[in-house]
Amino acid sequence: MDDVWGERDTTPARIEAALRELVKRRHLSEQAFVPARVLNLVVVADREFRGEVENRLEKVRESHPSRLVLCAVEPGRRTLDAVAQMATPDTSRPGALAVGRERVELRLGTKHLPKLDTIVDPLLMSDLATMVWSPHGHPEAVDALSRLAQIALIDSHDEPAVGRGLTRAASLSERVYVVDLAWLRSAPWRERLAAAFDPPPLRGMLGQISKVTVRHREDSVAAAVLLCGWLASRLGWRPEGLMSGRGGLRGHARARRHEVTVALEPMQMNAPGLDGVAIETASGTAVSLDRAPGGLRSMRRGRDGREEHWTVLGASRGESGILGEGVRQALLRDPTYRPALAAAQAMVA
Amino acid sequence: MTAVAAAENPLVEGLERLPVPATTLVIFGATGDLARRKLLPALYNLAHEGALPERFNLVGISRAEQSDDEFRALAREAIGSFSRRPPDQLVLDGLLERARYVGFDFGDAAAYGRLGETLSELDAESAVPFNRAYYLSTAPTFFPVITSALKEAGLHRAEQGDVRVIIEKPFGHDLASARSLQGVVHEVFRERQVFRIDHYLGKETVQNVLAFRFANFMFEPVWNRNYIDHVEITAAEDIGIGSRAGYYDNAGALRDLVQNHMLQLLTLVCMEPPASFEANKVRDEKVKVLSAITPPTPEEVARTTVRAQYSAGTVAGVEVPGYREEEGVPGDSRTETYAALRLEVHNWRWAGVPFVLRTGKRLARKVTEIAVQLKPVPHLAFQSSGSLGVRPNQLILTVQPNEGVSLSLGAKIPGSRMRITPVNMEFLYGTSFMSESPEAYERLILDAMRGDATLFTRNDEVDAQWGIIDPVLQTWEADTSSPLLTYPAGTAGPPEADALLGGDRGWRHL
Repeated sequence: MDDVWGERDTTPARIEAALRELVKRRHLSEQAFVPARVLNLVVVADREFRGEVENRLEKVRESHPSRLVLCAVEPGRRTLDAVAQMATPDTSRPGALAVGRERVELRLGTKHLPKLDTIVDPLLMSDLATMVWSPHGHPEAVDALSRLAQIALIDSHDEPAVGRGLTRAASLSERVYVVDLAWLRSAPWRERLAAAFDPPPLRGMLGQISKVTVRHREDSVAAAVLLCGWLASRLGWRPEGLMSGRGGLRGHARARRHEVTVALEPMQMNAPGLDGVAIETASGTAVSLDRAPGGLRSMRRGRDGREEHWTVLGASRGESGILGEGVRQALLRDPTYRPALAAAQAMVA
Repeated sequence: MTAVAAAENPLVEGLERLPVPATTLVIFGATGDLARRKLLPALYNLAHEGALPERFNLVGISRAEQSDDEFRALAREAIGSFSRRPPDQLVLDGLLERARYVGFDFGDAAAYGRLGETLSELDAESAVPFNRAYYLSTAPTFFPVITSALKEAGLHRAEQGDVRVIIEKPFGHDLASARSLQGVVHEVFRERQVFRIDHYLGKETVQNVLAFRFANFMFEPVWNRNYIDHVEITAAEDIGIGSRAGYYDNAGALRDLVQNHMLQLLTLVCMEPPASFEANKVRDEKVKVLSAITPPTPEEVARTTVRAQYSAGTVAGVEVPGYREEEGVPGDSRTETYAALRLEVHNWRWAGVPFVLRTGKRLARKVTEIAVQLKPVPHLAFQSSGSLGVRPNQLILTVQPNEGVSLSLGAKIPGSRMRITPVNMEFLYGTSFMSESPEAYERLILDAMRGDATLFTRNDEVDAQWGIIDPVLQTWEADTSSPLLTYPAGTAGPPEADALLGGDRGWRHL
């Protein structure tokens, strides 16, 4: 069931009044109605691609009941139009709740972007976290919204120059908590590497790592370098700049007593992200993880050269799952991202 | 920057899924209802999320003779039917590929050698030592049988790796049988190896009782006898006994829900803040609460408890038979389908505060909740005529179905007069959190494999629970002549239970 309100050449105050009215009306007509109270999700998108963005969000919003404020940007537009929607699912099951889905679409021009916070602010639910996501760039809008948002959802992968993407992430993270989809793409790899070295007899190997090789999709250097940055920051390595070579990036990081070779190797693959990670130690032992059906194919090589192979189970999250994970991260805080980001920046400086 | 220390793994900081040691999980009763509906789907969902140990084997055991492939087919069907998410075939294939099956009678001690061979084969396939976790998902009569047989076969210990045993409820039928079972279990395993399941503790909303109490400063000052009038704990079901007549008629409502789940809820409401969320610190505090409840004398049982059985009635518009007419139930059964009791926790915080617990089948509604009723305001400045007036604040922690917390407050009715009515301030899980909550069994299986016993019941806790319930059972069972109270199916239970609250208090409407 949907209630819709729309107005051309409107104002934030009128939109806010309409939203209050829609909520009130829905409370009266639907006894089981409860408004979504997870977070405010503010999305800035080019108007012609807003459908694509909404499709990406559709699955995410099913399990993330939030107020969505979609700012559809049309170059040259001078006025502000708005459509507000209040929808609830069919609640035929007795006692079930009808969790509201609140959506506001603002049609606005690039001229509005530097002061976008003043337009969006009245439309946010108070006391809830606000996350901003701008998949088509518009940094001036993100800068404006970072005055009222606590979380910025970014994808360092979107920036063609990886160094610039990481610098932008670092600059944003000075003001807001950054959730980086490129970082989340490396999460299963980080979890599995942590697990691989978790048995106490194997933890000592972490201090002997001599080489790290990360294979990644050509355009996913950010995820690969963030993974290396994570290892460097967690293991106390001093990272040095990577240089182009052998089709990828190569360089070193300085561990306490030795040098660690770091190699990033681009691969042909369908999904963005990583394809494999291999870690070798000076004593000849090695651990590797490779993308495989139903999880990651794991290999461990002992000092005697014997190899063991097995599959670590886990479903592929797909890009929609990663986006959903990104939104969910709005409620969490990962203390390891910023140190990993700093180390990654040093590698691509 | 973190220096690498042999004693710690610097890579785990900040990770959502922590490493779990390599484990072989052996499920006794692997083709049973619990395994099919809960355990196998829970394992699948853990695998789907990448939360299982990176090295994991599953061994199913039951009496039926069948091949590994037949067991895999059964597991595939169960996961397809009962998983909270549609299975990803690749992950499911991967999980089942590591599944083995051994069929034997649990009482056949010699057959445990076959299990031992299977475990040795699995161990030999890897250079890494595997922990072993035996999950006893069988009828309780087999708990001591299996435990002893594991010892006889030498499977209760492993040269490398830890061995754990996970025991389903009910842990005992009364205090004596619980102690006897405990004796057998402790002859084989140390307490730190024993994980007694009470799946309520794996529920997010039950754990939230602790978060609510110990992560919010505002409630602690009023969380005591000075401000709280009484506490109601309700676990009401609208369904009957289904196909569980054999079990239920032996157990009854008191054993089925009060001895375990409802006393767990009571301890979470009453316990003192633990110094840390470490297993024994939490469980120490829970045991202190149970120890502060004096087991009732037979006279007190008559005064402070009510039992009843449902008669034919109407539930949600459908006519349903009475308990004694249910299939498999003896026509003269005296098993209670409703139990209510009033308990008091004799310590400084709670002295004099009644805790009233009620549970029943075929009640008007399905709801599990804790209702904390505060005392009325000491002086009323407002006239109450023409309105519902000022009611004492009530805090409701709903465990299911609409999980959340609600606080009733007095508010002014708009208008020229000062008239007050109760209104609700609500927090609902479904609107405030993202993504689906994991099933209780997912959390509990994972915790057991990690060796974290915080959400499992310790031996002295079980003992203290039975210590409270046993006198009630004995008194009820000794009384074979007085007529058993009944309540029509679809109602809130017998009106005689109202008297348990004392004074002019009444149960919350179901």
